[in-house]
Amino acid sequence: MEISASSTNNRGVSWTSRLGWQALLFGATVVLAVPILVILSNLAQPYSPSWQHLFDTVLQDYVLNSLALMIGVGIGTLILGVGAAWVTAMCDFPGRKFLSWAFLLPLSMPAYIIAYTYTGILDFSGPLQTSLRNIFGWQFGDYYFPEIRSLGGAICMLSLVLYPYVYMLVRVAFLEQSTAVLEASRTLGRKPLATFFMVALPLARPAIVAGVSLALMETLADYGTVAYFGVSAFTTGIFRTWYGLGELTTAAQLCAFLMIFVLTLMVAERWSRQRLRFHKNSAQKKLVRIKLRGWRASLATVLSLTVVLCGFAIPAFQLLVWSLNHWQQSIDNGFLTLLFNSFSLAAMASICCLVLAVFFAYARRISSSGLQIGAINIAGLGYAVPGTVIAVGIIIPAAWLDNHIDAFSRAWFDYPTGLILSGTLGALVFAYLVRFLSVALNTVDAGLNSIKSNIDESARSLGASGSVIVRRVHLPILKTSLLTALLLVFVEVLKELPTTLILRPFNFNTLAVRTYELASDERLMDAALPALSIVIIGLLPIMIITKSILNERSNHA
Amino acid sequence: MHRQLIINDVSVKYENTTAIANANFVLDQGEIGCLLGPSGCGKTTLLRAIAGFEPVSSGYISLDGKNLSTTKFTDPPESRAVGMVFQDFALFPHLNVEGNIGFGLNALSKQDKRHRIEEMLELVSLQAEGHRFPHELSGGQQQRVALARALAPNPQILLLDEPFSNLDAELRTQLAAEVRTLLKKNKVTALLVTHDQDEAFAMADKIALLNNGKIAQVDSPYKLYHKPASLFAADFIGKGAILNVGIDAAGILGNDLGSLSLSSLPEDMGNTVKLLVRPDDVAYDEGSDTKLEIISKSFLGPNYLYELALNDGQLVPCLTHSHIDIPIGEKLPVRFDLRHVVIFNGD
Repeated sequence: MEISASSTNNRGVSWTSRLGWQALLFGATVVLAVPILVILSNLAQPYSPSWQHLFDTVLQDYVLNSLALMIGVGIGTLILGVGAAWVTAMCDFPGRKFLSWAFLLPLSMPAYIIAYTYTGILDFSGPLQTSLRNIFGWQFGDYYFPEIRSLGGAICMLSLVLYPYVYMLVRVAFLEQSTAVLEASRTLGRKPLATFFMVALPLARPAIVAGVSLALMETLADYGTVAYFGVSAFTTGIFRTWYGLGELTTAAQLCAFLMIFVLTLMVAERWSRQRLRFHKNSAQKKLVRIKLRGWRASLATVLSLTVVLCGFAIPAFQLLVWSLNHWQQSIDNGFLTLLFNSFSLAAMASICCLVLAVFFAYARRISSSGLQIGAINIAGLGYAVPGTVIAVGIIIPAAWLDNHIDAFSRAWFDYPTGLILSGTLGALVFAYLVRFLSVALNTVDAGLNSIKSNIDESARSLGASGSVIVRRVHLPILKTSLLTALLLVFVEVLKELPTTLILRPFNFNTLAVRTYELASDERLMDAALPALSIVIIGLLPIMIITKSILNERSNHA
Repeated sequence: MHRQLIINDVSVKYENTTAIANANFVLDQGEIGCLLGPSGCGKTTLLRAIAGFEPVSSGYISLDGKNLSTTKFTDPPESRAVGMVFQDFALFPHLNVEGNIGFGLNALSKQDKRHRIEEMLELVSLQAEGHRFPHELSGGQQQRVALARALAPNPQILLLDEPFSNLDAELRTQLAAEVRTLLKKNKVTALLVTHDQDEAFAMADKIALLNNGKIAQVDSPYKLYHKPASLFAADFIGKGAILNVGIDAAGILGNDLGSLSLSSLPEDMGNTVKLLVRPDDVAYDEGSDTKLEIISKSFLGPNYLYELALNDGQLVPCLTHSHIDIPIGEKLPVRFDLRHVVIFNGD
């Protein structure tokens, strides 16, 4: 690690090792970009006649439903996220401290799990409708009850679990706002509510845009919820085109359009954020929260609790009840295998991600060339690309390679090699690497950026060599970031559904896949235990996030 | 003269600490006041109470004859005719200069608003910068925008919270004088908060010196410097040393400091006094028999500021021309010129 320890300028790095470093960097970037490039290259493939069929029948549905989902979830997460952020950052009411933490809990609920849980709760035979019938003596058909398995239902489910993205970013933005600016607005004659809409909200706009964009990317990547609810969205369309029509190229072309759309969204977000970047006011005064009293305080507490109850407590409780009722049937060798599969897969993927992330982060630290930075940024794109798209982008080249290797081997050694890459754990881990590298990279990068180059220089001036600096200075400082990165990827992999569904080896099941399969077979109670396992593990990163994001006492309060 | 601001017996409490205790202060129409004091003395708290951000726990605050804060109620900031310039200016970063100045002019018609904004831009000489955003302006320009924004709605009083502390030292004194001229010309009643006495002297007609949540003295800048009413005031304002000196019935001081005329002494004088000795009270005199050891000295350009030890070890400052350059450890011949000296009772 001689090179990696050098400071941001290139001093102390010989040109040969720098060349090797660069070659490695570009090599890794190209390999990581393969799925995306493959998908894009399919745009140049001939368009099969089934395109005409898609145009005439379902394509419009896919597009319109996905757009409707985006608009609905956009509005939903905006209202829930900004509202939660405002009330916990700027107001004081009973339960505020608990709620500022509890608002993050829905992050641990994958959308497909909350979707099937609510289906169980709200179904005709579910607890809610049954007790309504018992109380009022209604019969089937006597009353109207909204259908959860619908576009509107999907919007509600996704909004309930995705609003924390908006909440986290906007809350920080509110807390960082100079209180003097808000007070200035008051002395200029604006009431608190007007101050919120005219000053606080416009200033938080960059954070709002960033949070909602994240939620929208997750919405576009979602497969489990829309598939379970039978909503024809773009991701379900890709699955149907491929598995139903058997048209891999057409599916890949659909993937390409989806990806271009997502990337456009991302570029637009970055652009708008850059344009909106406000220069922060320097002075930070003690934040004075508006004390809510009487009915306002009660309303704040009740509304906040409702959000947390709907987004986390109720479904988690239902899962717990189902698991407890069914644990004898659920906990068997099969479940232990599921746990082992999921954990080992997540561990493999998160370690690979971490190693690569450290490599990229150090590469960014030493390099100043725009080309290299560009390469690193491309490697970090994966998170925006839906898992379905990445999976298709891997399966195509893997199959192509397998065919050629097999043909080559048959021709020369008269020995069929069969499938070497397709349907292996290697392909699956690679897919996770492409998709979740940026999660690890952002975390490691943030840690590494906190070590300013003058720290390296002062260590060097005290006689420490590169490897000594890495071991005695960087590692102790980075330890938390590295563990956080590991954990974040671990949980993401555990939750990820579509990628695993497409790329897993034959008969290889994970918690997420099994949950989805059982739920699709209407075996909701059997699905509860694997689902609950995912949710519980998903709580771990929230503990970490809570520490770093809600650490308001030292800075703000 | 019309009493514009009345602070009567005002206390402000945070949970269990008292930030301001029984403060009294009045400002006449068009007067510029100043709350001066070390950090943590409660001056900003008092300003925020006037603005309506802090409730009072005793007394009342009234503006133009109307009670704004009493122990019973606190008018919210938005319904007081109070303009405020914040320490970091607190300009709205998402609005340009015109948007900032027009922010408080909601009650006006579009045309009147436009007119008023132009008037204010002219007042602070920023006609060319109306479409610029705060981060595109220099510190001095930002300060002027903050001033124009606060003055635009025609407040009954302008509050300035450390308005020059974000600017570099050179700009500070220049701007303080400019702002004073502008406020005087427009007959604005204003109250400034600062810890910097030069700023206070440059701006204010009347200074309230605060210490530990209490108003120690209210006076004109001149009187505050030359007639400090307390040891704290003597110590905080200007440079100088406070000496404990013995005195006999004839007015002869110990430590070879000479004598004081008995008429200048308080009636109930004990046998020691505390003397405030300013650097210009101790003059270099080549022929003097009083020679004091030099403990330290600092070069100020035109002057040297020496620190000298009296016989009993107490230190006195002495200002000399800078070409009187005598090394530390040697003796400096001086003459005490204690005609304007301020005397406090010993102990």
